[in-house]
Amino acid sequence: MSHHIVQAEDLHYTYPDGKFALQGLSFLITHGESVAIIGANGAGKSTLLMHLNGVILPQKGMVRIGEMPVTRETLPNIRRTVGTVFQDSDDQLFMPTVFDDVAFGPLNLGFPKEEVEKKVRETLEKVGALHLINRATHRLSGGEKRSVAIATVLAMAPDILVMDEPTSNLDPKSRRNLIELLKSFTHTKIIATHDLDMAMDLCTRTIVLSEGKIIADGPTSDILINEQLLHKSYLEKPLSLQGCPICNKK
Amino acid sequence: MEGDISKIDNILFNLGYLDLLAYRDSEIHRVNPVAKFITTVVYLFFVISFNRYEIKMLLPFSIYPLFLILRADLPFGYILKKVLYVSPFVIMVGIFNPIFDRHIFFSFNGINITSGWVSFLSIIIKYFLTVTTVIVLIGVTGFYNLCYAMNKVGVPKVFSVQLLFLYRYIFLITEEAARMTRARELRTPISKPVSLKVYGSLAGHLLLRSINRAERIHRSMILRGFDGNIKIAGRTSYRLNDFIFMSLWILVFIFFRFFDISDFIGKLVLKVFL
Repeated sequence: MSHHIVQAEDLHYTYPDGKFALQGLSFLITHGESVAIIGANGAGKSTLLMHLNGVILPQKGMVRIGEMPVTRETLPNIRRTVGTVFQDSDDQLFMPTVFDDVAFGPLNLGFPKEEVEKKVRETLEKVGALHLINRATHRLSGGEKRSVAIATVLAMAPDILVMDEPTSNLDPKSRRNLIELLKSFTHTKIIATHDLDMAMDLCTRTIVLSEGKIIADGPTSDILINEQLLHKSYLEKPLSLQGCPICNKK
Repeated sequence: MEGDISKIDNILFNLGYLDLLAYRDSEIHRVNPVAKFITTVVYLFFVISFNRYEIKMLLPFSIYPLFLILRADLPFGYILKKVLYVSPFVIMVGIFNPIFDRHIFFSFNGINITSGWVSFLSIIIKYFLTVTTVIVLIGVTGFYNLCYAMNKVGVPKVFSVQLLFLYRYIFLITEEAARMTRARELRTPISKPVSLKVYGSLAGHLLLRSINRAERIHRSMILRGFDGNIKIAGRTSYRLNDFIFMSLWILVFIFFRFFDISDFIGKLVLKVFL
């Protein structure tokens, strides 16, 4: 299933104001892998994600999704293959009701109406949000919005899920539910996050970005115990790897 | 200081409340949005079609909004308040009629009533009937379903989709404005009116934030295959009741329009009691 592969080759991007966002990134993510992209604010995480779905086209270098290079011509296919979940669910849920929002993608793909209805129900069921189907999107709680936002993307049956800070602004219970939900997906997952505990739970591999460059790429369990590396990238050891502050008091 | 904060929160609540009403369930709520939309448009057309001195033939038309309010169990006070909110504008529109139009329309016990006052009253009644009915329509149908109905009956998509998006994001923008005003007020210990400079900055920021958000939304739309043409999956089905609702009411409107029922009742009452 080579079409689940995500590859970047010497990827460069400079913002119009002259700021270097990406400076020569290369990596290969294979089918079914779960990869965390971590790094300080402004390290280039979001810019990288925008390259994976073709919102930004590479200025230099190349991104491949499966066999396909991301170019203007391949965009419709790329967007069908790569599902992107945004950081702010309000940006993702632009239709007035949950049903219409989840139906938006399938309708654009040209599904017949009966199929759309079936697909919407299936997808909402998958994220545990079928009971919200007739609700207005602006009346959902943060956790509900996130689940529905994921459903809107899943409804297009992508092979690869790209997520920007999926656990931000969620209460602990909703965050835990979301992690369990994501665990159950077999998609290739690429998650940009500051939530290193979630990265521990979900991702077998971690890529560390700093100033637009990859400074580490390896098994999550190795990277997240490397305090020196984390410190350098303005990060901290995940809480679950830090000792208990009460028992370990000296 | 507190006044401003709660004012915005209040607007937000009021906006949302009308929408919440649409989530109730009643036989009126269950009528197909398209049927309700068409019936109401016909209603508005008939009410507006009367000449400017008409009063008594307008009165029977209050039955339609009253029927909807009662059958759908909408809070009467809330709707009245909404209608009164905008009424100063209408009074402004009609207030010059009594001044300019001094022709005597009729005399009652020696008091001369000028046509200006009659037309002024007619404007006010028309206003109350039409605005109440539109608010009630939103309350029993929901804004979204109305946009859908408009789309169905051939209102150009640009228009209905524009309204749809306006409605989806007005809450977020108002919330954003409320947050910004709150932040300003909390740093203005002594209550002061917003200076023009600060106001400009607040409004400018709000605009920039809205543009940024619009950009992100557009991005998320194209990522889900948006090609400039919004497709809406309608899930409403038509039942016989919808057709009955629509045709019965339209018949009633036609009857009210061409048969002077007030006059008839008046004469009947006179005949019985005199």
